[in-house]
Amino acid sequence: MILIQGKGVSNGVAIGPLYYYQRAKATITRYEVADAEAEWNRFKDAQAKAIEQLGELAEKAREEAGDEAALLFETHQMMAEDMEYEEAIQTAIQDTLLNAEAAVTDTAAQFAEMFAAMEDPYFQARAADVKDVSSRIIAALTGVVQGGINSPVPVILAADDLAPSETVQLDKSKILGFVTEGGSGSSHTAILARTMGIPAIIGVGDQLKPEYEGKEVIIDGGTGNVTIDADEDAKAHLLKKMEEQQKMREMLEALKGQPNETLDGQKIKVYCNIGGPDDVPAVLSNDAGGVGLFRSEFLYLNCDDFPSEDVQFEAYKKVLADMGGREVVIRTLDIGADKQIGYFNLPKEENPALGNRALRICLNRPEIFHTQLRALFRASAFGRLGIMFPMVTSVWEVKEAKKMCDRVRDELTKEGIPFSEDVEIGIMIETPAAVLMSDRLAKEVDFFSCGTNDLTQYTLACDRQNADLGRFYNPHHPAVLRALKMVCDNAHKNGVWVGICGELGADLELTETFLSIGIDELSVSPRSVLPLRQKIRETDVSQVKEKLLADLLSDENTI
Amino acid sequence: MKSFEYTITDPVGIHARPAGILVKEIKKYASTVTVSKGEKEVNALKLMALMGMGIKQGDTVKVTIEGADEDVAAAAIEEFFKANL
Repeated sequence: MILIQGKGVSNGVAIGPLYYYQRAKATITRYEVADAEAEWNRFKDAQAKAIEQLGELAEKAREEAGDEAALLFETHQMMAEDMEYEEAIQTAIQDTLLNAEAAVTDTAAQFAEMFAAMEDPYFQARAADVKDVSSRIIAALTGVVQGGINSPVPVILAADDLAPSETVQLDKSKILGFVTEGGSGSSHTAILARTMGIPAIIGVGDQLKPEYEGKEVIIDGGTGNVTIDADEDAKAHLLKKMEEQQKMREMLEALKGQPNETLDGQKIKVYCNIGGPDDVPAVLSNDAGGVGLFRSEFLYLNCDDFPSEDVQFEAYKKVLADMGGREVVIRTLDIGADKQIGYFNLPKEENPALGNRALRICLNRPEIFHTQLRALFRASAFGRLGIMFPMVTSVWEVKEAKKMCDRVRDELTKEGIPFSEDVEIGIMIETPAAVLMSDRLAKEVDFFSCGTNDLTQYTLACDRQNADLGRFYNPHHPAVLRALKMVCDNAHKNGVWVGICGELGADLELTETFLSIGIDELSVSPRSVLPLRQKIRETDVSQVKEKLLADLLSDENTI
Repeated sequence: MKSFEYTITDPVGIHARPAGILVKEIKKYASTVTVSKGEKEVNALKLMALMGMGIKQGDTVKVTIEGADEDVAAAAIEEFFKANL
C-alpha cells in the first residue's frame, strides 16, 4: 500500500484504476516565412477554427455543468478574438516574418506574464486562460489534436495540471476523480470538479510516479489522501465512507438553492462562522447566505507581533470580495480568557474569564483597536460588512467603540481612502448584563449576535472548560433560553436584528425554539448549513410556537 | 468628445465577462472609446489590455468617447457601466 498526501479541493471518495492524461504536445519550430500575408491568413483560419470550437465547448459545458462553466469558454472566445492579442501576433508575423505558431507562442507568453504579475488572484489565474486559448490556436495550426482517455473502464485521471478546455473535452462517464501534480484550489480544474461533484486532489508533486499507471487507487477529496493498492482494512473503510457520503450528498444537494423557510412561511437567515479567508469556499459550496461570525483572532494568533493594518486589510478584503456582496460580519479582536497571545504581554489574572479580554482590551489599548478598525473600514469598500464588538456589558463601552469608528471614518475621508457608508455595527450578547440592558443597547446598534457559549457560562456561572461541571453546564437551561427571548423582544422593538453565532445555533433540538422566539439569523459551521436548512423547512412554527413559549415561562420548566 | 467618470462597484472589478460584453457594446458604434485610470489609458476595444489595468472595486475610471456618434454612444456606454460594473 502506498499513501500519498495532496490537497483535497473537491470532496468525495472515488476508487478506480489510475490513468495518466495523454497530452499531444505540439512541438513548435521557429522559422522565417517568405509570404507574411499568407502566414497571416493561416493564423486567421486557425483563429476562426479555435473560436468555433470554443463556441461548441461553451454549449457542451452549459449542458454538463451550467452557465458558469460555459462562461469560461465564452471568455476564451473573447480572448481569442481580442484586438490587442491579434495585433501583437500580426506584428510578429508581418514585421519580423515569424511563422504563426511561434508568433502565437510568443504573444501568449507575453500576455500570460502580464496577468501573472498582477496583484489580484482572479487576474493571475487568467494567465492560464491565455495559454490555453493559444494552445488551441496552435493545435489548429499544426493539426495536432489534444489527447483523451483511451480506457474501456472509468478511471482516476492523473495529470501534471489540466487546462479547462482539456477537462471539458474529456468523456465524463470515464472519470471518477482527478489527481494533479500542480494546480490551486481556485484553478478551473478544481472548480469544475466541484461543480461536477467529482473528487479532486491537487499538488501531489512528484510523489505520483509513472509506474503507478493502471494500479487501483482510492482518492479521498476530504482528506487529500491518495491510496494506491490499499490493504483490505483501508479499502473497506474508504468504501464505507464513499457510500455514506453519496447518500448524504444526494439528500443535501437537493437543498441547495432552497430558501430557509418554514412550512408556514417564516424565513430565517443561515450564515456561517469562519476563521479566515480559507474557509470561504466551504461557505459558498454549502450555499450559506453570508458570514455571521468571522473570528479575526487568527490574524493575531498566527504571528509574533501585532499584524499590520495592511495585512489585516488584505485578509478582510479577500473575504468580502470572495463572498461577492453577501453580508460578512467580522468580530473585532476577541482574546483574553482561554485565548492568550504572548506579544500582548497581558499580566496573569486570577479570573481570566472575568478579566481583561475582548472589547475591554481594545478600549484599554486603543492603538490596537484603531489599527483593526482602519483595516475593517478600508475593506468595507469591497463588499457588505458588519462590524461586531465582543464581550459588552455597558452602553458606554459601545458608545466609546462607536466613537473610535467615527474617528476612523473621519481619517479615511480626509485621506481620500474609500469606505462603505453602510457598514452595520453590532455587538455580541454574551453577558447577563448585555441581556438585561438589551433594550438600551439596541438603541446604539444595528444588530445583536448571541454568543451562546459564553452566554451560557456567564448566565449559569459555570466554567465551560471544567469537565466536572458537565451536568451543570446546560445550554438548554431555561435561563439561557429566556435570556435569548428577552434579547429578541428588545431588539425587535428597536428594529434591530438578532443572530446566534454560538454552537447552539446548529443544535437542531432548539431550531423550533429559535424560530418561535423570532431569531433572525443563525450562524453555524459550513457543514451545518444544509442540515439546518432541512430542519427549518420541516418546521411549522404555528404548530409549536405557543407551547414552546409557554414552556419557557412555565414554573414547571426548571430542568 | 464626451466623457464621464465612474466608480466601479463590481466586487471583482473590470473582469473578463463585463470587459468582453463591453467590447461587443462598443463595436456597435463608430466612436473610439478609451478607459483611463490615473496615468494609464487604454482603447476599450482591447479586452486584455483593459483587464491588464487591474481596475478594482472602488477605483474611479474616466471613460472618453470620441467620434461621429459620440452622443448616442456615450449615453449607452454610461448605462452599460452602471448596469454591469
